[in-house]
Amino acid sequence: MKASWLVPVTFALVPVVIPATAFAVNIYPIDRATMLTGGKFDFKVEFDKQVDPAQVSIKINGKSYQQVWSQKSDFIKDEDGLNASSVVIKNVDIATPGDYKVEVSAGDENGTVSWSVYQTPKKRQAKNVILFIGDGLSVAHRTAARVMSKGITEGKANGRLAIDDLTNMAFIGTSSTDSIAADSANTMSAYMTGHKSGVNALGVYVSRAKDSLNHPKQETLGELIKRTTNMSVGVVSDAELEDATPAAVLSHTRRRADKAEIVSMFYDIKPDVLLGGGSAYFLPETTLGSKRKDNQNYIERFQKAGYLLVTNANELKKQGSSADKLLGLFHTGNMDDVLDRRFLKNDVTKKFPDQPDLTEMTQTALDVLSKNQDGFFLMVESALIDKASHPLDWERAVYNTIMLDQSVAIAKKFAETHPDTLIIVTGDHTHGISIIGTIDDDKPGNDMREKVGVYETAGYPNYQDKNGDGYPDRVDVSKRLAVFFNNFPDHYEIFRPKLDARFVPAIQNEKGEYIANAIYKDIPGAVLRSGNLPRKSDTGVHSVDDMIVQASGPGAERFHGYMDNTELFRVIVDALSLGHGKQE
Amino acid sequence: MTRCAVLNRRIALGGFSGRRYCQWLLLILLVASPLKAQPTLTFEQFYSKVSVLGLEFSDRVKQLSGQQIEITGFMAPPIKAESQFFVLTKMPMAICPFCSSDADWPEDILVVYLTKRQTFIQNNSMIKVTGILEYGTWRDENTGFVSLLRLRDAQFSEL
Ligand SMILES: [Zn+2]
Repeated sequence: MKASWLVPVTFALVPVVIPATAFAVNIYPIDRATMLTGGKFDFKVEFDKQVDPAQVSIKINGKSYQQVWSQKSDFIKDEDGLNASSVVIKNVDIATPGDYKVEVSAGDENGTVSWSVYQTPKKRQAKNVILFIGDGLSVAHRTAARVMSKGITEGKANGRLAIDDLTNMAFIGTSSTDSIAADSANTMSAYMTGHKSGVNALGVYVSRAKDSLNHPKQETLGELIKRTTNMSVGVVSDAELEDATPAAVLSHTRRRADKAEIVSMFYDIKPDVLLGGGSAYFLPETTLGSKRKDNQNYIERFQKAGYLLVTNANELKKQGSSADKLLGLFHTGNMDDVLDRRFLKNDVTKKFPDQPDLTEMTQTALDVLSKNQDGFFLMVESALIDKASHPLDWERAVYNTIMLDQSVAIAKKFAETHPDTLIIVTGDHTHGISIIGTIDDDKPGNDMREKVGVYETAGYPNYQDKNGDGYPDRVDVSKRLAVFFNNFPDHYEIFRPKLDARFVPAIQNEKGEYIANAIYKDIPGAVLRSGNLPRKSDTGVHSVDDMIVQASGPGAERFHGYMDNTELFRVIVDALSLGHGKQE
Repeated sequence: MTRCAVLNRRIALGGFSGRRYCQWLLLILLVASPLKAQPTLTFEQFYSKVSVLGLEFSDRVKQLSGQQIEITGFMAPPIKAESQFFVLTKMPMAICPFCSSDADWPEDILVVYLTKRQTFIQNNSMIKVTGILEYGTWRDENTGFVSLLRLRDAQFSEL
């Protein structure tokens, strides 16, 4: 147990020189943490064995921690039965910018970390910040969205996406404290706290605590704004609102599956606009369909706290903008892909036939939030880019990307009349997806592989958008983009869009291994592809490739070159000048 | 895919006794009798109302409750290799909900409790299940798995 958390953390933090002492003590926030002046965090020291509290020394730039922080420290003699001691000091901050060295010792155990604490500019640059997250958004999603939405002839795109004209751009590194790979929890958490964390964690460092809700907290942007300003906060997603990306705006847990607890954290912070899926975690367990294990009715609680509740697109459109505080829940779970909702008349959206589009949610959120003279922070997630990319369903992922782009267009329009708005568009992590040419049904024979066109035999696809809605009128045209993922479980490649429902490439067998889903086996031209992932992998995985971030508006000039994902937090807090405490 | 670690651990714990298997086999042979024509239920018929604010069971489910019914679907992997129940879904599902929590299953699933334990076999094809229909929220004692609709004393066969 100990080795498994010590070794990766140590390598992640100290790649070149590993001091012998690094194995003795873990300190949170970790080495090389960058923090905002006045930003709250939990400080924790984990000793390797039980230590005598009288021997514990914690010095911050040479000063005893009791001189730096007035908060009560908690000495845990034997943490969670691990026969090891810890010191925890909750909800502390550092008010003065500069470099800090933290030295900890107890008997023969000692450790050191360095932190850098920064101050934000006095003058607030931006009134509003709108952050768009395309979950899993990769370069191929963007290219395919441009090709399918705008067309391309003789080598030149016939039009530009809304994101194509954002003024600034950078590469973003997405790796985790415990792994070079990442998930949507700790990547969004890095944007929202400015701190790194481990896979699966939201707003906390991954310590050795057994309780997922008892890890050292990192203050989130949503909390910071609500604690220190009079700004409004909005969270919009077409996933469950408790899903990792929206949850990261204001929650703290080492396990993103703590969805019932995440709803209560939303309630504690009360963002002004909440629009998305996931109503099952708002309902008390006595209501059929609830996924809570208690009798808290969060729909009622939010209503009592002054929120207007809307549950379908029609209500959102008619009443949403009039609200001061708005809770919109449009599905018990994740909302449905735009390809199924608006284009394929299949069974998928029968359960919830009147779900709003991400564009409508974005517009209503802007209508509500922009009433606040002190400005707002709005996070909009196109979550299903990722949820369709995992099962290798690239068409649904690209339609969800077009929807993201159309939502960005709405924000850009808002910024025309509100030029003090910083718009940031990025993803949280990437997928191993790539476009290699076309698939042409009219090529001779039945062997689908021979219909894949590459180099000069690819030509151009024949998607059309006659009604000008920005989406191809048909996804199943005779000459389509050839898009493949580079990692996959066993599955049948059918070289065609799946019109009935999202692709389910593999299902589990009795050994817990994922095998190709046989329902696609008899589709003409289906080819069995043996997986290249471990057999326990149900679907494709995230890639470690850099993420692209784009931005326009005040503060956007800060995006350039290569940046760590924690730096996005700093761009936002600098633009909003959040490092100066409560501005009354 | 760290999500699956819990499941893997659980599967690893599940042992299997050959002797017990023989006893079950004998019992199944004794219990098995020719099947009469019986009412069928489809996944679409589970709820009369599915809304953001909750679900309602359909009249058909209420009428068939307590009766032996027949339904076709796909078997999703159970918690343990020798579990007494499995989840029946309309289409094959890839999610691994036991890894994080049972709550990640959609509403339109049916939990099937077999007459006798039997080893899970992934046939990767549709199965026909018969059993006595039961509705209402119920938590499995051994696993904590919460189900809304169940078949008791069930048997399944390949189609
Ligand atoms: Zn993902």
